[in-house]
Amino acid sequence: METTVQNAKELWNGGDSPFKVSYGKIMIWYFLISDTFTFAGLLISYGAVRTSQPSHKEGDLTSWPDPNEVFSAGPGFHHAPLVFVTFMTFTLIVSSVTMVRAVQEGHYMNKAGVAKWLVWTIIGGLIFVLSQAWEWTHLIHEGMNLKSNPFGASSFGALFFLITGFHGLHVSVGVLMNTWALISTQRGVFHRRGHYEMIEKLGLYWHFVDLVWVYVFLAFYLL
Amino acid sequence: MSLETTVHEHQHVETHVHGHEHHDEHHHKETFITKYIFSQDHKTISKQFLITGIIWAVIGGLLSVLFRIQLGFPDANIMWLKPLLGKWITAEGQLAPEFYNALITMHGTILVFFVLTAGLSGTFANYLIPLMCGARDMASGFLNMLSYWFFFLSSIVMGISFFLATGPASGGWTAYPPLNDLHQAATGSIAGVDYWLVSMALFIVSVLLGGLNYVTTVINMRTKGMKMFRLPLPVWALLLTAVIGILSFPVLLSAAVLMLFDRNLDTSFYLDQIYIGGEALANSGGSPILYQHLFWFLGHPEVYIIILPAMGIVSEVLAVHSRKPIFGYTAMIYSLLAITVLSFIVWAHHMFMTGMNPFIGSIFVIFTLIIAVPSAVKVFNWITTLWKGNIRLNPQMLFAIGFVSMFISGGVTGIFLGNSAIDVELHDTYFIVAHFHLVMGVAAFFGMFAGIYHWFPKMFGRFMNPTLGFIHFWGTIICAYLIFFPMHFEYMLPRRYPTHAGFETFGMFGELNQFISVFAFISFACQLIFVFNFFYSIWYGRKARELNPWGATTLEWTTPLRPKHGNWPGEIPEVHRWAYDYSKHGRDFIPQTEPLSQYEIEHGEHGDEGDSAIIQKEKKDDH
Repeated sequence: METTVQNAKELWNGGDSPFKVSYGKIMIWYFLISDTFTFAGLLISYGAVRTSQPSHKEGDLTSWPDPNEVFSAGPGFHHAPLVFVTFMTFTLIVSSVTMVRAVQEGHYMNKAGVAKWLVWTIIGGLIFVLSQAWEWTHLIHEGMNLKSNPFGASSFGALFFLITGFHGLHVSVGVLMNTWALISTQRGVFHRRGHYEMIEKLGLYWHFVDLVWVYVFLAFYLL
Repeated sequence: MSLETTVHEHQHVETHVHGHEHHDEHHHKETFITKYIFSQDHKTISKQFLITGIIWAVIGGLLSVLFRIQLGFPDANIMWLKPLLGKWITAEGQLAPEFYNALITMHGTILVFFVLTAGLSGTFANYLIPLMCGARDMASGFLNMLSYWFFFLSSIVMGISFFLATGPASGGWTAYPPLNDLHQAATGSIAGVDYWLVSMALFIVSVLLGGLNYVTTVINMRTKGMKMFRLPLPVWALLLTAVIGILSFPVLLSAAVLMLFDRNLDTSFYLDQIYIGGEALANSGGSPILYQHLFWFLGHPEVYIIILPAMGIVSEVLAVHSRKPIFGYTAMIYSLLAITVLSFIVWAHHMFMTGMNPFIGSIFVIFTLIIAVPSAVKVFNWITTLWKGNIRLNPQMLFAIGFVSMFISGGVTGIFLGNSAIDVELHDTYFIVAHFHLVMGVAAFFGMFAGIYHWFPKMFGRFMNPTLGFIHFWGTIICAYLIFFPMHFEYMLPRRYPTHAGFETFGMFGELNQFISVFAFISFACQLIFVFNFFYSIWYGRKARELNPWGATTLEWTTPLRPKHGNWPGEIPEVHRWAYDYSKHGRDFIPQTEPLSQYEIEHGEHGDEGDSAIIQKEKKDDH
């Protein structure tokens, strides 16, 4: 115990990386912390607006809508509350698992493995973004937009499109970066560099986006 | 192509920094563009921040001159300003009231964000962190370069908004809704606020890119032996400034995004039950108070983003030029940490007037008053550093002492204002204007000036002219006190009114306002002396011939006179002691690179044993 404490202290003596990670990974961690604050700002705004409105009351269109009513459709089916979003969430979480596999193959310096799991992660991400696009289109057809909401309080629509849009933007950026990483992997860029740290960094971002979705999901679909 | 090679070289440097390999200067060919414009050298980026900051400071100062003309001489005919301001001068030769509001809004925005955030911490974090930590450059030179260019882009967008037909944002630098949220609420809100918001969003990107670099560099790239508790205080201050920026600016981004939606996509995040221009708006469900919470969650930490770098610089300058170790080094660090933490839990003291629950208000009062404790610790330590010091009264030292004076004068009124009961009376008056200009406006500028005069020889290889420096200092401090001290008497005069004519009660302040305005003009002229001195000295100043003209202990003075990209031509020096060994064992100063002698006990970490212990040991040794 004594020695570990001693070692931890010596790490901070300079000429060393105290967290035993490269600058790039520290940076992505701090970026994620700051991005957490951006999402927190948005979700706190959601909380502030929501608590100032009357909670759900059957038939009262000024009250907060019931998510089971709003999100009850999917491509080709109706009256199945939250089924489609469960599928979306599942896809996103699975894509996190495939990302973990890609990182792991990177540790083994297995180029083909990294590429394979990146492809699956990209597919997962794309399915999520396309599902979200479908859901948005569907809701807009139903008459929900930034100004009005046939299911209840209009703020619900504005907050929903803003926050899921902001999250969807993060997923889309992730998909683009993963695609770029896939191309670089195929070209052998990381292999020549001797490590697949870039995949790890993208992995951190990808898991973060996944984690944020849990909160967004909680706010709009469950509560 | 050359960008790519630099990036690779940086990765190269980074991966080997632990091993302390020999790294000679970077040998890649540099063109004018890679050296001065799209440079990845932290020293050049720092100068870019500084010069852009100075240009904005002149613009921001000029705006204050314009509205001080209005406040001091509301009846004067200012037709002669027509060539500059065009239609904002009315046919009667008066300043258009809506433009007065735009002037104060832009003055605040420019000075708070562009000058005292980007210009101050952008300059000194970039310059000092790698040099004082003993690193060849920032962790990522490329992101660091992007940080400057995002700032540049943001300032271009803000600059363009001056030329809009409807004028720039005019709803205050805090951009409160609904005044800024509705196009029809003010002329500046027609289009100016959109530019303001976009510019701020770009600025936030710049702050984040810079901040991530500063924090990572301090954590990962200190040279061998540079323990956290051996770091010079400016590095600590700039590190914590970056931490505050990383955590608070994103929330402003959320606030800005919500407002952009409200303004352009008809949402009502900040709007509820509005009646404007004889028309009731359909917007409902939002809350303008929500914006204030989001804004001040950034806005209050922002004032510490402004003042912490100045505190760090002043600590260094005071120690070097009184030839004494900084008093209470560890206390200085812990008080910086305390300020950092507390800065996040006091924001609602800007919102006592929003009808918040008085109980919640009282919690914010307590935290606000607690901040006075670490601030006072710092003040006492600065004063005790001066005590019995061998003081050199050069311009940087004068500005550092002036900083302490300003910080005390402005800080005392902070105690008044932190109490919600008194704040209710003083809210939105000139008392508060006087308070924050002294404590974070002028004080932060003094810290910046101290830093510029002090590190100028390192930055440009020449000295600034000290005589002009003295004129600059005395002119500025006298004017600053003659402007802001009388302003406390206007504790019942509401701010943000273009004229107080028509209010009989305020008639008595007419002459006082003239007095203040005259000194504001003189003060602006004094700053032009500085600007002249700065640019003149870059090319024609007295050449620095010694490596270490001030006799300082820190690492930046061990680099060559004009360090190249990579800072040290040979190996990075190793550090053996803290940064404040001044007047120790009969020596004027001992550089950080010198190993401890046989019985020497290091100050700072185990400083309490002090010299007496060493002397006793040495005596024993003699026997």
